Amino acid sequence: MDLLNLDDRLTEDQRLVRDTAQGFVRDHVLPDVATWFEEGTFPARELGPVLGSLGMLGMHLSGYGCAGLDATSYGVACRELEAGDSGLRSFVSVQGSLAMFPIWKYGSAELKEEWLPALAAGTAIGCFGLTEPDHGSDPANMKTFAKQDPSGDWILNGSKMWITNGSVADVAVVWAQTDGGIRGFVVPTSSPGFSAPLIHRKLSLRASVTSSLYFDDVRVPASSVLDVVGLKGPLSCLSEARFGILWGVVGAGRACFEAALEYAKTRVQFGKPIAGFQLTQEKLAWMAVALGQAGLTALHLGALKDAGVLRPQQVSFGKLANVRAALDVAREARSVLGANGVTLEYPVIRHMNNLESVLTYEGTQEIHTLVLGEALTGVAAYR
Amino acid sequence: MNIVVCVKQVPDTATERKLRSDDSTIDRSANGVINELCEYAVEDALKLKEAHGGEVTVLTMGPDQATDAIRKALAMGADKAVHLSDEALHGSDALSTSYALSQALKKIGFDVVILGSESTDARTGMLAAMLAERLGVPQLTLASKIEVDGSAISIHRQTDYGYDKVEATLPAVVSVVEKPDPFKPRYPSFKGIMAAKKKPIEKIGVADAEIDPAQIGLAAAWSVVSDFTAAPPRGKGVVVNDEGDGGTKAAEFLVSKKFI
Ligand SMILES: Cc1cc2nc3c(=O)[nH]c(=O)nc-3n(C[C@H](O)[C@H](O)[C@H](O)COP(=O)(O)OP(=O)(O)OC[C@H]3O[C@@H](n4cnc5c(N)ncnc54)[C@H](O)[C@@H]3O)c2cc1C
Repeated sequence: MDLLNLDDRLTEDQRLVRDTAQGFVRDHVLPDVATWFEEGTFPARELGPVLGSLGMLGMHLSGYGCAGLDATSYGVACRELEAGDSGLRSFVSVQGSLAMFPIWKYGSAELKEEWLPALAAGTAIGCFGLTEPDHGSDPANMKTFAKQDPSGDWILNGSKMWITNGSVADVAVVWAQTDGGIRGFVVPTSSPGFSAPLIHRKLSLRASVTSSLYFDDVRVPASSVLDVVGLKGPLSCLSEARFGILWGVVGAGRACFEAALEYAKTRVQFGKPIAGFQLTQEKLAWMAVALGQAGLTALHLGALKDAGVLRPQQVSFGKLANVRAALDVAREARSVLGANGVTLEYPVIRHMNNLESVLTYEGTQEIHTLVLGEALTGVAAYR
Repeated sequence: MNIVVCVKQVPDTATERKLRSDDSTIDRSANGVINELCEYAVEDALKLKEAHGGEVTVLTMGPDQATDAIRKALAMGADKAVHLSDEALHGSDALSTSYALSQALKKIGFDVVILGSESTDARTGMLAAMLAERLGVPQLTLASKIEVDGSAISIHRQTDYGYDKVEATLPAVVSVVEKPDPFKPRYPSFKGIMAAKKKPIEKIGVADAEIDPAQIGLAAAWSVVSDFTAAPPRGKGVVVNDEGDGGTKAAEFLVSKKFI
């Protein structure tokens, strides 16, 4: 139910991308996702190769077995995957934008050959380690350190936290301080001294693997360092992933809205469907407006990215506005479902809880607000 | 093997479908999608190609903008497409459509032609038989499974008592039915979608296919829509209150409707 017919603006190819992602979610995700959420698991090893065969991993990159889609297609695919679950979209975002993208953009020819085809096929899984226990919004002060020894090898020490895919990954893109500024390293998770225990007791993004990473004298060859210095390396990756998020959350919000609409039309109280009460209609109308606006923002930013002119503060605008909108829609939808809204029989509370993580990761609401504040005033207010 | 799949673009079944008020033909201005059974036809064609080699050509007849269906078939893996499009074809009924398609098929050449057993818009279900007749080749209709061995082709046709095995020699026309899960049409992969952009779509008109204009279009149609009305809204249904005899009442209802 899209009052604005936004998808009429998509090309034939973009609609095919949408349909394939929708089909995948319908057949491979929706039947089981509530169980994964309840059990706190994500079948990364099983879904990886299926996602890979459909070209969903590194879909917006070219070469090395990647599909080479345009930015809007990438966004549309994220939207449909996240209509399934934010955990699924997180898996795809991390693999494509946070693990593959830095190797594709900053890696040596050997690193690309070694990792990209397997990551694109989903036979290998990647993760991205930036956040640390004591440094989240402020990664510039990270403590993980890499020191080059006389042989040219790099020795890593330190820890990362909240790392999606960490425990199931074959390779980690790890950002660390060095004597010459922050650098990125491509670290096989089989390296001696590397460990990645699971983080338990999350109540959000439960159908997603989240881990800590520990580096205890982990040695990697000189060829594993990425060709970028400073925070702009990880930030360029996050910009790619955030673009997927600002589209993705529109899917999560839509799933909640659709569940609420369907429920409202069939749930009878006081002798008529609750959809017939003005208060319910106000909720539904408001949700449709919020989602339409978020969808428009996504489409516009997609067009800018396809034209090659998308700026980081515009991505912040989209992430800030759309995640907030989706979370508000999810909460409103939850109320429409009454008691049924608190169970996993319906997708709403699952999405609602997931969106709390989406609100925080890849730059919190507050940080994106400050990015916009800086863009508007010219004054940085982070510290 | 030279495989041609006929696909049709139809109005999305999820949206409200309408007839045009001026000439009672189907309103094709709404969102067009590939006819669902045509996707099964494409899947069967691709499986045949995977097993026996050759080439899969998509043939569609429809207005200029009806390219979604072609794109999808190419993205699934078909090699090339022929789009028969001409103002003169507007309003063609099943009989003249079969004539126009048969002319195009003669031009393309084929070992086997595969099509869905019916489309969700007109639902005549007659095209395969008409095509076979016009082309003078055997028809194997309502296939749930297709096998080719040299120049022999056989299909399974589901029946109440099991299935019929129908055999013929190539070239032939096959119409296919919906199948359960492992045989469902593949989704186009993202790489397939990108590859389809580079595949050739040949646009041909009535003259190119040597179609006699007198035998096509609204004027030549043998069937006419004389009138149509919207289906009445669905009634409330019968509510059976269970007062200990619910089962009996439900059974009586089913008997009255000749279900049991
Ligand atoms: C499920 C999940 C998966 C994740 N996956 C990954 C991953 O794969 N890789 C990775 O590197 N990280 C990942 N993260 C980490 C995530 O990016 C961080 O949690 C996020 O950056 C915030 O950091 P923090 O949790 O340390 O919060 P903090 O930075 O401590 O922030 C706490 C609060 O203070 C606010 N705050 C901080 N600084 C300011 C300021 N200057 N002005 C105003 N408010 C401020 C924040 O907005 C927030 O509200 C994941 C997180 C979650 C929950």
